[in-house]
Amino acid sequence: MWSTRSTGKGVRVCILDSGVETGHPLVGDIDRAVAFNRLGDEDEIELVEDTEGDLCGHGTACAGIVRALAPDCTLISARVLGAGFKGSGPVLLGGLRWAVEQGFDVINMSLSTTKRQFAGLLHELADSAYFRNTVLVASAHNMPVESYPWRFSSVISVGSHEEPEPDTFFYNPAPPVEFFARGVGVEIAWLGGGKILSTGNSFATPHMSGICALIMAKHPELTPFQLKNVLYLTANNVGGGR
Amino acid sequence: MSDDLRAAVAAGALGSEDSYRALLQSIVEVARAIFGARASSVFLFDEPSDELVFEAVAGEGAGDLVGQRFPSSTGIAGWVLVTRQPLVVEELENDPRFAREAAESTGFVPKGIMAVPLLYEDNALGVLEVLDRPANAAFSLAEMELLGLFANEAAIALDLLQKARAARAVLESEGGEAEAVARFVSLLADAEPERKEAALRLLKALEELLRER
Repeated sequence: MWSTRSTGKGVRVCILDSGVETGHPLVGDIDRAVAFNRLGDEDEIELVEDTEGDLCGHGTACAGIVRALAPDCTLISARVLGAGFKGSGPVLLGGLRWAVEQGFDVINMSLSTTKRQFAGLLHELADSAYFRNTVLVASAHNMPVESYPWRFSSVISVGSHEEPEPDTFFYNPAPPVEFFARGVGVEIAWLGGGKILSTGNSFATPHMSGICALIMAKHPELTPFQLKNVLYLTANNVGGGR
Repeated sequence: MSDDLRAAVAAGALGSEDSYRALLQSIVEVARAIFGARASSVFLFDEPSDELVFEAVAGEGAGDLVGQRFPSSTGIAGWVLVTRQPLVVEELENDPRFAREAAESTGFVPKGIMAVPLLYEDNALGVLEVLDRPANAAFSLAEMELLGLFANEAAIALDLLQKARAARAVLESEGGEAEAVARFVSLLADAEPERKEAALRLLKALEELLRER
């Protein structure tokens, strides 16, 4: 419904992921790309301008989905994945802190961590984003483990539905997962300019980020609390389906 | 640690390592059968080297791939490990680069991969993959749920396997005697009753010999 009235123009969406392949036909232009690296064995993180693009393809896939829904939004890539698994926790926190400080409108997080040692800091960052009017959209998982940040009430958590329409989403009356977006059999951008078919909450999440961008382009004054209410009221199983 | 206790722990560690590896193998065999897939594998995340290692393989590649390694954040398994998110990718054969890399590393090119992280407590221990379900079967969320259940089992088995290996490493680092005793205890436990009786008689004689001054 929003896609008939909005293109996401003026909304800044940050893809906190593995980087984005610049110039991919499904992604187009990126406003800025940065990468976060760990310095030695310390928890100190450095920020560099990212010239490597996407190391694995996950971030490009997410960026392509946001672009398809909100063609005129501004995309920013913050690479926190791809340089090995070790030390990925502090890098993730460093990247998220930077994205929150930049005041982006939407931060897409198609990832999570199970490390309890990072939960407290992630929670603080998620709350900080919420009060600074940055919407954090995070992938949920349905596995029997505790993971973050999707479980925090200050983020918008996303699972998958099986419907084929990209702008169809459902409110979940049984949290902690709050919304279900398209996540099954999605055509995603693939490294080298290609496309591929994929399934996962990783790809439901950027659908929700794209929908948020469409709404915020029309109503930039909305706080995350108000945005969640708009999402609830326009969900296909609440008011949006009628 | 007392010698008796060390020997008992060693016996447990040696025996259990084989059992947990067999359990992992059984999990990939069942996963492959349930999904009607061409292959299924479990990868262990090896923290010291920051690599993923083939730990159990059923179907295509079984026998050749166990022990092969690659960097932890590469490939579909790498995506799944670093994002902690289950993932399905189909139509992979259309990507020439992926096809070439897969063929070089594993010897065959899958059309589709279902992959799920192996999470136990707050650790990401590895990845479970199921390759090439039947081509005519549309993918559903129910299959993702099922894969998640297998992943939970595989994660527990992988956790036990790693603990058994760690226990063995400790025993080996404390000298070879404890391991030798442990191996004997392990063999004794599995021996036929008559052989066991004979072995115990020999052991008794050995004990007396060692007590002589």
